[in-house]
Amino acid sequence: MVKLPIYLDNNSTTRCDPKVVEAMLPYFTEYYGNAASRSHEFGWKAEEAVEASRQKIAKLINATPSEIIFTSGATESNNLALRGVAHMYKAKGNHIITSEVEHKAILDPCKRLEKEGFEVTVLPVDQYGRVSVEQIQDAIRDKTILVSIMAANNEIGTLQPITQIGQLCKSKGILFHSDAVQAVGKIPVDVQAMGIDLLSLTAHKIYGPKGIGALYVRKKNPRVRLESLIDGGGHERGMRSGTLAVPLIVGLGEACDISRQLMPEESQKTFTLRERLRTGIMNQLSDTFLNGHPEERLPGNTNISFAYVEGEGLMMGIKDVAVSSGSACTSASLEPSYVLRALGVGPELAHSSLRFGVGRFNTQEDIDYTIDLVVREVNRLREMSPLYEMAKAGIDLKSIEWSAH
Amino acid sequence: MPYSDKILEHYNNPRNVGSLDQNASEVGTGLVGAPECGDVMKLQILVNPETGVIEDARFKTFGCGSAIASSSLATEWLKGKTIDEAMDIKNTQIVEELALPPVKVHCSVLAEDAIKAAIKNYQDKNVEKGSSQVASNNSNYQSTSAEVLVVH
Repeated sequence: MVKLPIYLDNNSTTRCDPKVVEAMLPYFTEYYGNAASRSHEFGWKAEEAVEASRQKIAKLINATPSEIIFTSGATESNNLALRGVAHMYKAKGNHIITSEVEHKAILDPCKRLEKEGFEVTVLPVDQYGRVSVEQIQDAIRDKTILVSIMAANNEIGTLQPITQIGQLCKSKGILFHSDAVQAVGKIPVDVQAMGIDLLSLTAHKIYGPKGIGALYVRKKNPRVRLESLIDGGGHERGMRSGTLAVPLIVGLGEACDISRQLMPEESQKTFTLRERLRTGIMNQLSDTFLNGHPEERLPGNTNISFAYVEGEGLMMGIKDVAVSSGSACTSASLEPSYVLRALGVGPELAHSSLRFGVGRFNTQEDIDYTIDLVVREVNRLREMSPLYEMAKAGIDLKSIEWSAH
Repeated sequence: MPYSDKILEHYNNPRNVGSLDQNASEVGTGLVGAPECGDVMKLQILVNPETGVIEDARFKTFGCGSAIASSSLATEWLKGKTIDEAMDIKNTQIVEELALPPVKVHCSVLAEDAIKAAIKNYQDKNVEKGSSQVASNNSNYQSTSAEVLVVH
């Protein structure tokens, strides 16, 4: 019997792995020292745990432990990378390159930097959500100091050509940052092979706790320097002051370790379940469209638009299954997903999209239940949809002058 | 979740889903909203020309649960009312009845617009009977009868 509700929103956040929680617990009540206390056993224990965690994180992305800077999460990591690099290297140049489908934690800091006088090129993407190396090459100027391109997209799962972008940046002597929160722990990420100079990751996307993340900052070839956002005790090589959140750091390390060990089988499992879900739904329903790249995407992610049915309305119908939608019915702007819009998906189909994120704890029963429920509800809502009725009657919906607002 | 039991009840058991013959003279059709905004409501009324009483009402809605519930409720309220009484239905009454959260108030506005559009369509058809039709457009759908209102 399937256990309800079913969680299929693993691109949003993940359940903390019980093994991770178990590893964290002693650091709340037994080894509660301050990792910066050099003078007693409590501090040493905490520092030891922090260093062990740094090692586990470094191992997952092929970095060295001292290149890992702890932050509160990927939003902070992204802010630190962008603003830290921009401010540190402003004598060298003022130009940054990024893409339209980046997370707001990239786009908003970029906007702030623009207000400060930096110039930002936001590259468009193709129909699958990808940027090309050629686009980046063409956008590079003498004053370009940083390229920031995500490894995998949070909504559509599309993977970017990170290795080629890394090589290009290296050859031009430009720093390369990648927001890799969705990719780390799910697919192989290697900062050396990919030529990444700065990389953002977070624990809660990989079955770790919320509130902790890290920024990888390359130390050699080149040695990357950052101006800090938060000053205080000079922790984390002065790049991020603040008492280290030891239990959370232990959790992040444990989460990285488990993900590294499970990755080969887990990525296969989530891929298989995702394909079962996608084909199960799309083979039974007409007028459905896959958003994002068919192959170059995260193993557990699929994103489907259901024509003539509004996403939020559909989510209400499948309320026993937790997913998310590109519909922005709840937001004040009424604007649907900017990521889907960037792909050229029409606003009506963006409103009709659902994102499914398959994760570690999902079972085949979850998927089969979801397929049946989604198919049933889409059919029910289509019978209720004036758009479906008109389309069936052969009316071109684009020919109608809808009332705009 | 900011959804009341009443919204869920209408969403799960919507009243009066369906379509009436939009070419019939006693039927008024209102089509409001736009697919790109994520909400489209089609609301139809069947009016007794003798008494001016709305004898039947149907809807089809593309939208969130609150939009579906608002239109379902609107059809329930319309049945048995005269045209004049129907004109008095306010979006705020729908907000109150369904306990719509502030971000969903626009759904009730759309429902009120749909009611008014359906009534206007009925009146246009019957006042100008035999004369010109509703401004014909490049679509069959509209040129037959549906009145498309500008909302917001």
